[in-house]
Amino acid sequence: MPDMILARLKRLAPQLIALALVLAANGLVSPNFFDLTWANGRLYGSLIDVLNRGAPVALLAIGMTLVIATKGIDLSVGATMAICGAVAASLVAEGQPLAVALVAALGVGLLCGLWNGFLVAILQLQPIVATLILMVAGRGIAQLVTEGVILTFNDPGFAFLGSGNLLGLPTPVILWLAVALIVGVIVRRSALGLLVEAIGVNRRASALAGVKTRFLVISVYLVSGLCAAVAGLIVTADIRGADANNAGLWLELDAILAVVVGGTSLLGGRFSILASLIGAMIIQSINTGILLAGFPPEFNLIIKAGIIVAILALQSPALGSLWAFLRPAPRSPTPAAPDKKELVAR
Amino acid sequence: MTGAAPPPAATGAPLLEATGISKAFFGVAALTDVDVRIERGEVMALLGENGAGKSTLVKILTGAYRLDAGSIRLEGAPIEPRSVADAQSLGIGTVYQEVNLLPNLSVAENLYLGRQPRTRLGFLDGRRMQRDARALLARYGLSIDPGALLGTYSVAVQQIVAIARAVDLSGKILVLDEPTASLDARETAMLFDVVRQLKREGLGIVIITHFLDQVFAIADRVTVLRNGRLVGSKAIAELDRLSLITMMLGRELKEETLGRSGSEAAVSAEPLVSFRGYGKRGSIEPFDLDIGRGEVVGIAGLLGSGRTETARLAFGADKADSGTLIVDDQAVSVTSPETAVAQGFAFCPEERKIDGIVADLSVRENIILALQARRGWMKPLPRAEQIAIADRYIKALDIRTAHRDLPIKFLSGGNQQKAILARWLATDPRFLILDEPTRGIDVGAHAEIIRLIEDLRARGLSLLVVSSELEELVAYASRVVVLADHRHVAELSGEAMNPSAIMAAIARPHGSAEPATREVAA
Amino acid sequence: MKLRRLAVLSAAFATLAATTVAASAITVGFSQIGSESGWRAAETTVTRQEAEKRGIDLKFADAQQKQENQIKAIRSFIAQGVDAILVAPVVATGWDAVLEEAKDADIPVVLLDRTVDSDKSLYLTAVTSDLVHEGKVAGEWLAKDVGDKPCNVVELQGTTGSSPAIDRKKGFEEGIAGHDNIKITRSQTGDFTRTKGKEVMESFLRAEDGGKNICAVYAHNDDMAVGAIQAIKEAGLKPGTDIKVVSIDAVPDIFLAMEAGEANATVELTPNMAGPAFDALKAYMDNGTEPPKWIQTESKLYTQSDDPKAVYEAKKDLGY
Repeated sequence: MPDMILARLKRLAPQLIALALVLAANGLVSPNFFDLTWANGRLYGSLIDVLNRGAPVALLAIGMTLVIATKGIDLSVGATMAICGAVAASLVAEGQPLAVALVAALGVGLLCGLWNGFLVAILQLQPIVATLILMVAGRGIAQLVTEGVILTFNDPGFAFLGSGNLLGLPTPVILWLAVALIVGVIVRRSALGLLVEAIGVNRRASALAGVKTRFLVISVYLVSGLCAAVAGLIVTADIRGADANNAGLWLELDAILAVVVGGTSLLGGRFSILASLIGAMIIQSINTGILLAGFPPEFNLIIKAGIIVAILALQSPALGSLWAFLRPAPRSPTPAAPDKKELVAR
Repeated sequence: MTGAAPPPAATGAPLLEATGISKAFFGVAALTDVDVRIERGEVMALLGENGAGKSTLVKILTGAYRLDAGSIRLEGAPIEPRSVADAQSLGIGTVYQEVNLLPNLSVAENLYLGRQPRTRLGFLDGRRMQRDARALLARYGLSIDPGALLGTYSVAVQQIVAIARAVDLSGKILVLDEPTASLDARETAMLFDVVRQLKREGLGIVIITHFLDQVFAIADRVTVLRNGRLVGSKAIAELDRLSLITMMLGRELKEETLGRSGSEAAVSAEPLVSFRGYGKRGSIEPFDLDIGRGEVVGIAGLLGSGRTETARLAFGADKADSGTLIVDDQAVSVTSPETAVAQGFAFCPEERKIDGIVADLSVRENIILALQARRGWMKPLPRAEQIAIADRYIKALDIRTAHRDLPIKFLSGGNQQKAILARWLATDPRFLILDEPTRGIDVGAHAEIIRLIEDLRARGLSLLVVSSELEELVAYASRVVVLADHRHVAELSGEAMNPSAIMAAIARPHGSAEPATREVAA
Repeated sequence: MKLRRLAVLSAAFATLAATTVAASAITVGFSQIGSESGWRAAETTVTRQEAEKRGIDLKFADAQQKQENQIKAIRSFIAQGVDAILVAPVVATGWDAVLEEAKDADIPVVLLDRTVDSDKSLYLTAVTSDLVHEGKVAGEWLAKDVGDKPCNVVELQGTTGSSPAIDRKKGFEEGIAGHDNIKITRSQTGDFTRTKGKEVMESFLRAEDGGKNICAVYAHNDDMAVGAIQAIKEAGLKPGTDIKVVSIDAVPDIFLAMEAGEANATVELTPNMAGPAFDALKAYMDNGTEPPKWIQTESKLYTQSDDPKAVYEAKKDLGY
């Protein structure tokens, strides 16, 4: 067992190191970055802000990781967030009970996932094309729901999802941790993880081995839709309004980035939800750090892009082989040295 | 060809000489102290069982891997290719079994990709590219439209295009890795004409193949590897079949493994699986087929005769559009692999890399995959049980792997095939369908697989085996169904079941133009 | 060509004037940015109302915040042969080519609400509020309100590089010029959205000692102010009292906040840009009157003493 823990830590090492470096940099630009205070029944501090503001991308990254593991991609999650937020807000604004609104929003999220899954698994469209459809059309649907305005509501129960506290933490933090835990446990305690990886590596061979590939591919898009629905509820609850145009705008890209920073290959196969979540936190730490640093906003995107490039470069196989090349490797074939070279060369 | 140092005056230096080559993966030595030499105007066949180190050696020579120890000299000057491109510019080109070209680009674009001729203004000169391509292909006896998409041509043509590109780029040494694996006899002959021409032009050619007949047909010299070490290198004239096989296996091929055991075995009268009027339009015409308990039924036919289609249909990988299937006296519907697995069916497909292995997953995960799929995602196999199953089959089938958790892609072809068999045996099947179980596998693994087929039959399994190795097929099958033109044309058993009768049956119905020689090769 | 077209047009107008304003005589294409904010939606509503009032056939194109969509829309308007084009440009740069195309087709272009940095000859006129002036009104209000007390202001900018972000920042700085007690201590972009406004305000509060060092927040639009108000409340402070909130646009929701004492002042950006634009177009088409290159709309200041409830009621149905 300690072997397995060690192996997992080794898998997560690049992400953990990157997160530590970004956080350390944040500590430099904002000296009280690591301060935590307790007030009004919850913790306050920049670290808590990172966890809280990172909630939407973290949630999306959970579903996106599974989708990418099957060699797919889900571009529609940002639009799905907008639709689900709009549905919930409009129902609450109409005076429907909160439970109805939440169930409806989650149901719509599942429906969006089902649509994507249908296009990918049954009609066999390329995932990038299939989900692009909803990405483009979804904002239109959300606007139809909100009738083109920012649909505001005053339901304290709904607002609680975005700005309440639970167990001393902002509700969104608890929500994404809970979803991550549930999905993580289901995926790894069942055979879902293995079967999803098998599909991602070789869908034809998996199907011939009797794996229910259609069912599983649809399932991962359902999970992605559901995660997007929860993320949509959070951002809508946060501002007490459904902003069809801006809710989740471009977040699908941040979610994909989180998965990639987490080291899961876009070619499918082996995945780690935990690593994707660390990736999401890295991205949010950069965002929060930029806001705290007080640089002129013109530099925001350049700084973010620069840091991400640095992180990805650190993980790149090419750089790995460069290290192996630069290291004075012994010429005699000791078992360990050529091993590593071989691993990174792939 | 810029990187090469001027050749020394001594003309006695071989074109390429590699000495003391060693390479290890994951602590397992793949090559140990191997010497190899290639002369100008020579075809050198590189032979060995799967896992003998042929691919590793070729990948080192062509820059895909870097060597741990040893040296390579090209025309007497030391070289150290760092990448495939580097090796190419030094003069060493490779054509792999799976053609590494782009089927969605034109033939000409494939030939000149990355070095397209340009006009003086720097634009791509499409017309000149087409003209050059036409001239280049004509040298290889190909008169095809260089503007057409490569994918529209046969694998043989694609292979020759790949060779043309490699020779045009490199020009000193050409490495052909299993070039004939998916070619029929006529295409093979066409390819060999090209090889002979290149040989006359002074190229050194390295060819890897499993077809011993082809070795005798084309090679001037044979270099044999076994377990990562050099066994020897001899001129073809000094060798006969038996001595070559002896070099490869280090033991005489036991004739008794090919004894007629199948037809003698007691076959229960009652069939386990019965296909009645089973067929799929455009793929295979309706057929009747019974497979008894403890019986091996063989399927023979030329490539494209419908043999793979029959196997896929039997397993539900393709859906039948007519007929019924009776298993154990009950009509069942097998419309997908899932439903087939539920009936206790199992299927080892022909294209091991595409349809069989899940490359990035471990040997253990590959072995338990079908069993896990049948249990469903909600009932995971406990890890301890997975390990037990994997270890049991690794031992039972002698799957050579450094560790059960090693990704299966690092195993040799024969061991991958055994792992796929293990995957299905773990599901405890009643009916096992094998499509070319010994294709692309060295002679040693060959014998093991045949022994396994006989063991399984003895344990009461029903087997349907597609094979182009007719001698083997008649050895272990009790009946052989012969296919031609997507139809079952004959069913042979007893004394009537022998390779020449099968070939006669294939040739009979439509006087098929395709020669059957490849089917009986090796 | 141009003369003949004008002649046809004026003939059409003459007949129209003679009869009633029934069937639409002229067609105007309107390339709207999208609905990035409530104000945008109201502008769209008011533009439609104003067009209907004048019997103009309005062709509407939503660009979803993308310049390439706007350029496509304008090209399609030109291809359809509309009589005039209204554009609310999403960014200031990159319009020369498409405006030239409109000019070559003799289709007058009126810019709404934002300007571009193309040559002035390429468009008929620009109907905008004076963005700098708006910022200045907000700045002057704050300067008057805090008097001589020291005041650290945090600023929520609009989308980086957009002309309202540049000009409203500049105007505000002009408004507080000479009041050395007022200092802008932090300035970040909130992309004109509530979500980002809230997130950025949260980080300001965090960076400025839980908000103790902040006396006022100046937001380039009301939506970001609404987000900031929520952030201030969640940090346990009273917006409007502990931290003053001044913003621009005057969308209905900010009046609710003002009514609740949570916002202090807003400067109106009237959503009726199309009215003056149509008037100028009509005068130009009827008798060739060249309008001035810039038609400025009023920038009215609203505070808590302006009966915010009544303003809210008046504005809430405009589609904000």
